[in-house]
Amino acid sequence: MLARAVTFALVGLEPRRVEVEAHIQGGAPSLTIVGLADRACQEAKQRVRSGILSAELEFPGSRVTVNLAPAELKKEGSGYDLTIALALLAASHQIPRNRLAEHASCGELALDGRLRRVGGVLAVADGARRAELERIICPYDACAEAALAGIEPVGVRHLSDAVAYLRGELEPPEFVIGNGMPRRRPLDLADVRGQERGRRALELAAAGRHNLLLGGPPGTGKTMLARRLPGILPPLEEEQALEVTRIHSVAGLVDPDQPLIGYAPFRAPHHSASTAAIVGGGPRLRPGEASLAHLGVLLLDELAEFQRPALEALRQPLEDGELVVARAVGSVRFPARFQLIATMNLCPCGARGDPGAHCTCSAQRLARYRDKLSRALLDRFDLVVTIPRAHALDLQGGPGEASEAVRSRVVGARLRLAGARPKRTASADELLTRAVERLPLSGRGRAKVAGVARTIAALAGSDAVLPEHLAEALAYRAPAELATP
Amino acid sequence: MFLRKRDLPPLLLAIHDPPARLYLRGEGDAELLARPAIAIVGARACSPYGAQVARMLGRELAAAGVVVVSGLARGIDGEAHRGALETKGHTVAVLGCGIDRDYPAAHMTLARSIAERSLIVSEYEPGVEPAPWRFPARNRIIAGLCAATIVVEARERSGALITADFALEDGREVFAVPGEITSALSVGANALLRLGATPLTAVADVLESLGLEAPRVAEPKGGPLLDLLPATADELVRKTGLSAGKVTAALAELEVAGLAAEGDGIYRRLA
Repeated sequence: MLARAVTFALVGLEPRRVEVEAHIQGGAPSLTIVGLADRACQEAKQRVRSGILSAELEFPGSRVTVNLAPAELKKEGSGYDLTIALALLAASHQIPRNRLAEHASCGELALDGRLRRVGGVLAVADGARRAELERIICPYDACAEAALAGIEPVGVRHLSDAVAYLRGELEPPEFVIGNGMPRRRPLDLADVRGQERGRRALELAAAGRHNLLLGGPPGTGKTMLARRLPGILPPLEEEQALEVTRIHSVAGLVDPDQPLIGYAPFRAPHHSASTAAIVGGGPRLRPGEASLAHLGVLLLDELAEFQRPALEALRQPLEDGELVVARAVGSVRFPARFQLIATMNLCPCGARGDPGAHCTCSAQRLARYRDKLSRALLDRFDLVVTIPRAHALDLQGGPGEASEAVRSRVVGARLRLAGARPKRTASADELLTRAVERLPLSGRGRAKVAGVARTIAALAGSDAVLPEHLAEALAYRAPAELATP
Repeated sequence: MFLRKRDLPPLLLAIHDPPARLYLRGEGDAELLARPAIAIVGARACSPYGAQVARMLGRELAAAGVVVVSGLARGIDGEAHRGALETKGHTVAVLGCGIDRDYPAAHMTLARSIAERSLIVSEYEPGVEPAPWRFPARNRIIAGLCAATIVVEARERSGALITADFALEDGREVFAVPGEITSALSVGANALLRLGATPLTAVADVLESLGLEAPRVAEPKGGPLLDLLPATADELVRKTGLSAGKVTAALAELEVAGLAAEGDGIYRRLA
């Protein structure tokens, strides 16, 4: 007796249809899984057997072969448990076969038959909708996530619930989809006192989606500022939110009660991160930090401490907005249109920029430190701001402006930039020409200044880029010692 | 190409042990060496302030038609050369190795841009390796080519002080840029001042000693912000009550006008 059930494997972010066939033949009792199943997937044998017995169902007492087709596609992880169990139960006539064929399924089985969440449920549900299957049977706490794909989920807590549903004895339970807003309030800019220049640069970065580099001695609040960027970004549009949620789902990072990520994601990998951790890959071709920050913010704290290959690998997504990870098994595309924000000290000892300390770095050591960052990467920062040690008087004032107020200005500026973009006036053009003659400013540097000036004009509510807007943009250019070798 | 001893510029010939010959590299004319010249020397590991001063001096002296002479080292030397190149002026680099050697390697592009307009000179034959004992000898040529030597920043035992000693021996003018008395980088320059070197407080001081006039720059209209420097942008916001954007724009305009410059987050006056 043969039965089939459908699930989906993930290749990068893309679902691929997988048919799970269970065949019961005569012979000594055994269970074999074929079809390039990895270790976790092979171990499904034990979980499925215990799960079926715990659900007080019958485990076939003869030879059982399970085939995962297509056989050349690698099957990884524990998400196949439920599908294998259901195919087996259908092959042994414990559930109706035709009804099972209309459903996709996924989920990991506990030994007592309960279901556990797995990563990538949204992608599997996407695949099921595209394959025009009726419903997807998934763990109950993955219901809200699966529903985002536009297919009706059947949330089950236990294998016996799935069986009861397929036998027509149980209706799928109700579930709630969250509103897409972060559960924890993001950090507020009101906590930052003084730092007017840094706050201004952060607002500009948010409004124009500019990449921002904050330099300065340790302890001046660079990281504190950088961590407050998400709080002043506008929420994502619906389509964007789904795109972000898909990536986070594959990485197993969605909140079961609040699966939709309707706000700009924020990722801050530690500087010891490997290249694969940042750009994605590894044996299972998982999305990396750069993709998890898609349509959001990637913070690289202590930029110069990162491994150079990891940093250089970011140049492709900074240019193209996506990452192509090529492995022997094939290549995978991960979207990675993130905004980069980075902090660094001005020298290895950290004393530079601090009037109260004396830098002890030799010229060679300083050059080596700066050489860690290629010109090509530094060129990607539109805004470069030095945060010197704050004056004690600056810290005595009241709290700074709250994120809420800043965000409303950012939203206004984004609307303005999306419409008719502000154009440079003749006098602003003249200032730019003078600046190119006078300051060390490359062709790319000139273009960045022009872009930032447009954002400044948009924030000011101006229809034209005036000289004062351009002048301010000039101040955020990369300093000469970083711009020239 | 090289100059024989009898073809050396008169100022250099006047020192007590002029080089036997001088190798030249670059597009500049050998006659350049006979023009009024000023040496700018100082520490390799200089402060951002020192770098700014060196660059400004290089720029303004070159703009006034003076040839800026230095040693192509990191720090003050390099900044002085760069400043001179910025206004398309002339600058001469005197090396302590063969003229075909790019030393230090970090200044390879700088050396090329100097060679494109001016001269790189050395008393050593092409191919001679840089060596520590050749640099003091090189310094006597720097001092010898120039009517005056400016020491921007120097530690207690600095090569720049050797250059200044040569200049004094040969009866040339020595200027020193006064530095903070608490900084190790100021010890050398301030010691020179105590010994009687002329304090350098403006470019005009140097030009006067050469009998030159400063080029007429448009009257600086710095505005009130300029008087508050040096300061960080945040300090200016607090002192003026203006918004961060306005202060930043005003500071950038001062930079474009050549009146102020930023280093490590602190804005300083240039003029």
